[in-house]
Amino acid sequence: MKGFKPSAPFLLLLPAIIVLAAVVVLPLILSLYSSFTPFRLTRPETFFVFVGFRNYLSILSNADFWWAFGRTVLLLTIALNLEMLLGLGLAMLVEKATRGQRILRTLMMFPMMFSPILVGFQFKFMFNDNIGLVNNALQSLGLTQDAIPWLIEGRLAFIAISIAEIWSSTSIFAILILAGLLAMPKEPIEAARVDGCTPWQTFRYVTWPFVMPFAYIAMTIRSLDVARAYDIVKIMTDGGPAGRTELLWTLVGRTAYSDARMGMANAMAYFSILLSIAFTVYFYNKLAAARAQIGAEW
Amino acid sequence: MDENASARLTRRALTVAHRVGLFLAMLVICLPGIWIVLSSLRPTVEIMAKPPVWIPQELSLDAYVAMFSGIGKGGIPVLDYFRNSLIISVTSTVIAVAIGMAGGYAFARYRFRGKSGMFLGLMLTRTVPGIALSLPLFFLYVRLGIIDTHIGMILAYVALNVPFTIWLIDGFFRQVPKDLAEAAQIDGCTRWQAFWQVEFPLARPGIASAAIFAFLTCWNEFALASQLTRSVNSKTLPVGLLDYTAEFTIDWRGMCALAVVMIIPALTLTYIVQKHLVGGLTSGAVKG
Repeated sequence: MKGFKPSAPFLLLLPAIIVLAAVVVLPLILSLYSSFTPFRLTRPETFFVFVGFRNYLSILSNADFWWAFGRTVLLLTIALNLEMLLGLGLAMLVEKATRGQRILRTLMMFPMMFSPILVGFQFKFMFNDNIGLVNNALQSLGLTQDAIPWLIEGRLAFIAISIAEIWSSTSIFAILILAGLLAMPKEPIEAARVDGCTPWQTFRYVTWPFVMPFAYIAMTIRSLDVARAYDIVKIMTDGGPAGRTELLWTLVGRTAYSDARMGMANAMAYFSILLSIAFTVYFYNKLAAARAQIGAEW
Repeated sequence: MDENASARLTRRALTVAHRVGLFLAMLVICLPGIWIVLSSLRPTVEIMAKPPVWIPQELSLDAYVAMFSGIGKGGIPVLDYFRNSLIISVTSTVIAVAIGMAGGYAFARYRFRGKSGMFLGLMLTRTVPGIALSLPLFFLYVRLGIIDTHIGMILAYVALNVPFTIWLIDGFFRQVPKDLAEAAQIDGCTRWQAFWQVEFPLARPGIASAAIFAFLTCWNEFALASQLTRSVNSKTLPVGLLDYTAEFTIDWRGMCALAVVMIIPALTLTYIVQKHLVGGLTSGAVKG
């Protein structure tokens, strides 16, 4: 039997495609369908009732949803930018160190080993208003007398969550940017110095463009699982107090499993999937552009 | 002399500032971990003490003993959780790496139409948040009867890891010069032989780190596991952590002890792969 002969790369990629189709794409199609139904877990027959865009329309007019959406984007913007800056600073500090590079690098990766849920518990413990490390330290140092309600007051809780998120993910940026700094040829820097550049100019016009692709790799990797924040928020505040730290993902989880409104939750989930995809595609394109800028072949 | 002296002074000040900065940064990074270890060794009274006890008065392994002593004696079925975690993580890692090797090789060695789009497409499947994926998976698994089983979790984790193992392994195969395999083929190897005898051994350290990375992802995953597991049949360690929480109270000491049990394998493995991991992620960055 001659005729169709699949090419080698297609055959090699086939297992990956099959697995992803079965475990990711197929369920997503199912959830896309159910987002058009009023499906409730407790009433299976509702799975076959078609209501068109009703779920989506009621989401659009749902203030809680838009607050959660805005909060998610805000958290990601703050966290990713600060992680980037802190990671850059950390990488440069470590790169300058003359001794103990290996041990410093290992220490730097320390937070990467922590499961996000562990990060959540750990910071919940540390930010506990009564027995937490943070309040204890502030009180012992005499900076404050009161127990600061870190996880109980909405704004403070948001800050606490951002800190946890930044602590857990800065090292990804640091380690990748460090790799960029170490891979960088030394001649251009020396040439810039000889030509009379200030340290700032050297950094801005020589080091930074070279390190940029590495920073975008870190961004792409991070945006692949921005939803890690779900674990942290779920544990630290569970969206509380009174929904003040509710993110898209915790809202989806609550709607699906506590309220058992699967159809509605799936409709919300689609918004969060689109958000993740938007972030990833954006950084992926930036990465390609940054590569092109330093003259690499794609 | 003034100029020399002031230059020397500035230099020394900069060195000191650098050291201090480095020390503070490392302190912030390590402190939460140290605090966890310390808390797991201290009695609950001391953790809860007000005003706080800064210098540990007594250290003991009670929390660990209690944890392993079984249900009813203040313990949780930690051995079951550990076994589940291990079985699920190891199996799904092996499968994900096998699939990743095939896929990574295809991306590193062949040119084909829609390559870039395909790569991005594979990556995008990874962006689906665990919680969003868990809803339809939960529904499907209940229908198929594989909810709360090892098979179900393994399947989910393979899919979770494949995009990333492909990315990493693709990077490692790119670092192996094409000419080597071509030379082997000229000498009479088939492409299959050339792969196993030349390219695979050279990329092996990288593939090992991809495997460890996949393992850690499974080991630490929570969003999917918390919805797809129900009992000791398949609950993993991250889900087991929740056993220490009650409605209004949390057994901090017990939880810290379990956290230490979870973190030690992760710590060891990460230390082993740290060097290779970065190489794989970034090898595509400067040379296409």
